[in-house]
Amino acid sequence: MSFHGWVQIILYCLSILVCVKPLGTYMARVFAGEKVFLSPIVRPLERTVYRLCGINPDQEQHWTSYTTAMLVFSLMAFLFTYAIQRLQGILPFNPQHMAAVAPDLSFNTAVSFASNTNWQAYSGETTLSYFTQMAALTVQNFVSAAAGIALAVALIRGFMRSQTKTLGNFWTDLTRTTLYILLPLSIVVAIALVILGVPQNLDPYTHVITLSGAKQLIAQGPVASQVAIKQLGTNGGGFFNANSSFPFENPNALSNFIEVWAILVISAALTYTFGVMINDRRQGWALFAVMSLFFVTGTAVTYWAESHPSLAITQPHVDTAHSALQTGGNMEGKEVRFGIVNSAIWANATTDASNGSVNAMMDSFTPIGGLVPLINMQLGEIVFGGVGSGLYGMLLFAILAVFIAGLMVGRTPEYLGKKIEAREVKMAMLAILILPMSILGFTAVASELPAALTSLANSGPHGFSEILYAYTSGTANNGSAFAGLNANTPFWNTTVGLSMLIGRFLFIVPMMAVAGSLGEKKIIPASAGTFPTTGLLWVGLLTGVILIVGGLTFFPALALGPIAEHFAMMAGKLY
Amino acid sequence: MLKHVTRSFLMMAVMTILTGLVYPLAMTGLAEGLLPFQAHGSLVRADGRVIGSELIEQPFSAPRYFYGRPSATTPPDNAASSGGSNLGPTSRTLALRVRAAAAKLARQNPGREVPVDLVTTSGSGVDPDITPAGALFQVPRVAAARGLPESMVRALVLSHIDEPVLGLIGEPHVNVLRLNLALDRVAALHQRTMMR
Repeated sequence: MSFHGWVQIILYCLSILVCVKPLGTYMARVFAGEKVFLSPIVRPLERTVYRLCGINPDQEQHWTSYTTAMLVFSLMAFLFTYAIQRLQGILPFNPQHMAAVAPDLSFNTAVSFASNTNWQAYSGETTLSYFTQMAALTVQNFVSAAAGIALAVALIRGFMRSQTKTLGNFWTDLTRTTLYILLPLSIVVAIALVILGVPQNLDPYTHVITLSGAKQLIAQGPVASQVAIKQLGTNGGGFFNANSSFPFENPNALSNFIEVWAILVISAALTYTFGVMINDRRQGWALFAVMSLFFVTGTAVTYWAESHPSLAITQPHVDTAHSALQTGGNMEGKEVRFGIVNSAIWANATTDASNGSVNAMMDSFTPIGGLVPLINMQLGEIVFGGVGSGLYGMLLFAILAVFIAGLMVGRTPEYLGKKIEAREVKMAMLAILILPMSILGFTAVASELPAALTSLANSGPHGFSEILYAYTSGTANNGSAFAGLNANTPFWNTTVGLSMLIGRFLFIVPMMAVAGSLGEKKIIPASAGTFPTTGLLWVGLLTGVILIVGGLTFFPALALGPIAEHFAMMAGKLY
Repeated sequence: MLKHVTRSFLMMAVMTILTGLVYPLAMTGLAEGLLPFQAHGSLVRADGRVIGSELIEQPFSAPRYFYGRPSATTPPDNAASSGGSNLGPTSRTLALRVRAAAAKLARQNPGREVPVDLVTTSGSGVDPDITPAGALFQVPRVAAARGLPESMVRALVLSHIDEPVLGLIGEPHVNVLRLNLALDRVAALHQRTMMR
């Protein structure tokens, strides 16, 4: 660890912090349909989209209709993505003559992208044509992110509206999010990335004879446009197999800074949007504070853990000490240009959000370094979280927190002027319980099946961690991996695919039911007996509820994996 | 319900055209027009032919060149099928690999500890950089193989260190391909001077 490292962590936090208010305000205006500085350019395009799709932008939807629209749209997105992969052999922009993707892998990838997970069972540069990268994956990066944000906006409307049966219009929210937020930001980020060295072409792969006379084939493609939205939309599916550790996706420290900023900026700003929409900005800042607390703690722990060499690389003649000339530490699976600290920041940002991109291989992290990303995801990715999904996940925890506070003092709980009653608490708890059910259930099954275990790259507790990580990542719609696991087999493609479906879609139905029932309630003014949901007490209570309700469920499983491995490592045991 | 299906289909069609074709193709046109070097992969030419990309590691195994980091891809430095070793912190396979690599490098440069980046594989398998420590470690070997004074090679390394942006963001590193190209130039110049 070094002073320079901590400075980089602080700089990163500041880069997010300064964007929260301006971007949050902007997004609130967009969701309200107000005029923004991009309106003169985007408004005509927006109207064209409505006309082509036969949408009346002002038609309000009941929560069931809103949710159905989202589910049907996701199914359609799945079908498009599946079909393009299966047909890529006869589609254009395929200079490497990639054949059709296998059915089980196409299923997995289509589910993965439609659910905003972006798990990489595929390997971009050896499997996918440029057409698939652009017209299937890039499109999903936009629309699955926009769908997530739309749902969060619908839930916020449930809080802000009084005695209404409607939560807005899914199609309008989807279109506005894409056109006013995701697309303009992506264009700016993509251009910045090209300037910094990320390729953007349709060339065939380049054959070269290297300086020492060897043959090398260098993959190419429209990379920058994909990477920009992959980061901003908390998608994370790489253009290349090695994701953002590959120099063409992430050539230097500055591109790294922009990409890791892009992971959290929208989710962080959405807390402010929330504050603006419910007309109480302190409520948004309170959620932001809880999230920041988790992020900073996680990053500090990972940075500390990775600054120390793992047992495996502690060998005679190896210098792992930090000095002015090298970062030292656990460099297996990490890139020199990022070093330890930037790998630690990324590992936390990507698992706090539902991003799942990587700039270092987490399978090679130390046990504690790998434990933190696992916990981040198991808490439900509510630390900033996926765009939209982070906020709606966090709001469900807030409902539970006021319920628990209400139990302690014997009062009917309220949140933001809405009475929280049995139905909301049941639905919130149902949504939150779906995560452990899928993660622990699938992990238990896979741990017993020989067909699953042949895919492991490591043995001992680390092998178990690979399984646990896979289903955690799938269910939480993250998409990062302990990538030694060979996930491209029919068993893994199918079960991880199912866990992604469960994690995304079974979660949102109860969540939207909460939104619907909240919308129908009256807003009651705060009184002396109202538990304040801003301030330090609330931040502490919410943090505690997240840790106890969300985290403790997974402790036994974590004890078998990374925690056991940590103590084995301390005792000098290799597997 | 049917209305949802038709709208979903139309919306997907419109979004595929807009974000899947118009956006990436417009970015491609813009990038290739204004920033052709970066857009095509930062390819490096020497003697009129492309010899690689300055962002992608290439194999160097002759003592007269600086080595890059080990690579976990097959074959090593495969820039069309990337990835790391994914071996964990308690992996015996990893321990044996690091031990062997360190022993080999230590033999070439007795009495010096081997910087960790020279015995660990990167995440991508094509990390184009090594640490300044990793480059300085190799100076005696390279200088001896080239018949150049160590001080000259050391100065070359020091002039090729990329410092963090604004002294803040990133870690100091040395691009191996650029360093080796410069080394070839310096060695050729040195030879001509000596012959005179």
